[in-house]
Amino acid sequence: MAKPRRPQPLLIRVTHWVNVPVLAIMAMSGLEILVAYPFFGPRGAEYDWVPLSGWMPPEILRAGGWLAGARHLHFAFAWALVINALLYFVYLVASGEWRRRLFWPPRDTRPAIHQLLCYLRIRKQPPAKDLYHGLQRSAYTTAIILAILEVLSGLAMWKPVQLSRLAWAMGGYDGARVIHFLALLGLFGFVIIHVSMVIVHWRQFPEMITGGKPEDKP
Amino acid sequence: MKRRDAFRALAGLGLVACDTRKPHKGALGASERFNEKVEGLLLSDRAASEDLELTPADAFPGYHVAQAIPEVPADWSLIVGGMVAKPLKLSLAELRAMPRIEARIRHHCVEGWTAVADWAGVPIAELAKRAGAKETAYVEFRSFDAPSVTSRGYWSSWDRASAFHPQTMIATEMNGELLTAKHGAPCRLYGSVKLGYKMVKYLTEVNFLDKRTGGYWENQGYEWFAGV
Repeated sequence: MAKPRRPQPLLIRVTHWVNVPVLAIMAMSGLEILVAYPFFGPRGAEYDWVPLSGWMPPEILRAGGWLAGARHLHFAFAWALVINALLYFVYLVASGEWRRRLFWPPRDTRPAIHQLLCYLRIRKQPPAKDLYHGLQRSAYTTAIILAILEVLSGLAMWKPVQLSRLAWAMGGYDGARVIHFLALLGLFGFVIIHVSMVIVHWRQFPEMITGGKPEDKP
Repeated sequence: MKRRDAFRALAGLGLVACDTRKPHKGALGASERFNEKVEGLLLSDRAASEDLELTPADAFPGYHVAQAIPEVPADWSLIVGGMVAKPLKLSLAELRAMPRIEARIRHHCVEGWTAVADWAGVPIAELAKRAGAKETAYVEFRSFDAPSVTSRGYWSSWDRASAFHPQTMIATEMNGELLTAKHGAPCRLYGSVKLGYKMVKYLTEVNFLDKRTGGYWENQGYEWFAGV
């Protein structure tokens, strides 16, 4: 058994807080870009089934001021997002942190359902947890998958011809644009739930700043 | 107190560096120049060769910066100039008699929409050969589409590799028919490796130059490279 780890090691905290402004700028400049053409699918064969198709995001949710400004912001901060994410993933694997953070179905599925039933007031006794319970792991892992999808679909839209294989895997340029938008909606949903849970369980919040005490949770 | 002042100055500097009204300057400009290098590295002679479904002709948008569809000047010809051994002055018939290429290409507009058409025309390499062009780093394209009668008109300039890409052409046909006024008649620049605003319509001049000369949208803040 290795020595007890802090609940939130330094690199996890730093990359987490760097993500906050970077993701906000990416989402807001992305919505400014969307305003230029808030529809999906090729001309003459539009994908009317995409939710919020035709929606003009309000100005308060946008950044960059105009299409060219928003594109410059988006393509500059995309690097910050990718570098931050790479740091996180290298650390996650090298430190073994992935074991207590990522959703592992055989271990986490039953506790996740159990915890969900607790939140729904159907079961009373919550499942045992170490750092996280199964439902948390499922939420965090979903957010990571959505973020990876954002980067891959973004690259496919940026270079649909030069990265044609990636674009093909994303359903072409127009498919990538749908994935890019749906993943944004998914991340938006994650942030709403995440912040709500932080407010409900506010006692744990300081850990994300201080790192917490190693002996608290092995 | 000093620390707070320094923080304020730094925050102010950050805002200036990321002034989205002037995206070619500051940190955003530096990021654009870095991205340009990445785009140049990614660029290959790869042809767009997906199985593409044609967009219905009436659903393919047509844009121009003039208030009405630009009218072809009576004495129109395509001038090939810049650093060339013998400048050319080509009529539409002469242009159409030159070796040509055909390609089905998906159009990527900077706004986010796409549309597909069949294009046919003369590759830029062919023009360069005929005019005896030097191996310049840039090619400039000018037009008679002007936002006002006093303006020199819509234009753009390209990096050499994109201009000489095997699918970059002076297009005279769209979907098997002569180019219409809506889509840039008598001829327009077309290709598979740039966003729509780089592909100048209503062409008047092709100039082989050793420096880049910006472009109509590029000079207003849009990316100059704009590869896809």
